[in-house]
Amino acid sequence: MPDSAAHSCASDLSRYSRQILFKGIGESGQRNLLAARVTLVGCGALGTVLANTLVRAGIGHIRICDRDFIERDNLQRQILFDEDDIAQHIPKAEAAAAKLRRINPDVTVESVVTDVNHKNIERLADGADLLLDGTDNFETRFLINDLAIKTNRPWVYGAVIGATGLCMTILPGETPCLRCVFETIPPPELNPTCDTAGVLGSAVNIVASIQAIETIKILSGHREAVNRNLINIDAWNARVTNLNVASARETADCPCCKHDTFEYLDGKLGSSATTLCGRNAVQINISTEATIDFARVAKKLEAVASAVKFNKFLLRVNVDDHEITLFPDGRAIVKGTSDEEVARSLYARYIGS
Amino acid sequence: MELNLNGKTEQIQDVQTVADLIGHFDLAVTQVAVELNEELVPRAKFAESILNEGDTVEIVTFVGGG
Repeated sequence: MPDSAAHSCASDLSRYSRQILFKGIGESGQRNLLAARVTLVGCGALGTVLANTLVRAGIGHIRICDRDFIERDNLQRQILFDEDDIAQHIPKAEAAAAKLRRINPDVTVESVVTDVNHKNIERLADGADLLLDGTDNFETRFLINDLAIKTNRPWVYGAVIGATGLCMTILPGETPCLRCVFETIPPPELNPTCDTAGVLGSAVNIVASIQAIETIKILSGHREAVNRNLINIDAWNARVTNLNVASARETADCPCCKHDTFEYLDGKLGSSATTLCGRNAVQINISTEATIDFARVAKKLEAVASAVKFNKFLLRVNVDDHEITLFPDGRAIVKGTSDEEVARSLYARYIGS
Repeated sequence: MELNLNGKTEQIQDVQTVADLIGHFDLAVTQVAVELNEELVPRAKFAESILNEGDTVEIVTFVGGG
């Protein structure tokens, strides 16, 4: 079948008829969605569910940014990927975009294979009406938060670990931002990641689906319907609680909302990576004032890594054919790669950032 | 003290304030949001927020995975 016959016309709304019938959206809401643009940061577990849902729903334009390739242990929850993508070594953003274009050719799907950081996030978010969180670390979320507050654009935080997750929609100037509610990044010893504590695909689906609904409300023109609470989801026990965090806008001494400072966007806080020439290694630099508790980090890594060793100077662990050496100030050297994105990804997944 | 904690009735000894409760679970003050009897507790007031018998408490831990 020629392409022109296979593709539906963008003005033909029949694809969305069941969504248009839903009175919360209607035809005008659908047209608003088709005109909307989002930037999705991260296309792993949350990101694939978000992209899948929004592309099927007819978001007009989605820019998908991700730094990783697909591994076998992703397939349990990252719904747009399959064995063929692994065999062909396709980056996540590219594999997702290819699937999504087959699902709904009305939508413009743009893929960018990159590590989202303070140097490129403004460009990656250029033109976006809303920023979506599909990341796997705190640092990038605070970076998104900074940009959203600074440029007065909504963003939707979602995160999951094990069977529990959180979701919060940030409407700058109206609701508290992420740093009003959680001001700092927890230290690595208090910071389980999906790679150290596990994660259930079913929990991811719930969190990302709530993120997608809030996104659809905003972009279809129903901002008044947005849930402004911190939504806490315990999928194992089917328990959802809504924390009314509205007062945090007034009570918190938020660096973004109260002081107009954007420490992550300005590169003053957060990590940077440097390739160590000729050593097949990358150094990760993290700005932290805390001293890392190695005993607790080792305990966190016990289940997933062999031979975690530490003394008072450093902690060393072998994961995925790489050796990570962590220092008390949060700095690390990742051996076995000269690729900064690979090193940053390993740090986020196993140490936590 | 008996508390309704994240939807479950729990007996917790030797806690007087929200800050004590956070410490009891080995959590850091900066990684949680806490609601006491359906009111958000400002982080700066954890140490002075007194817990009473039968209080309803929600502790939400900051999550970074995904």
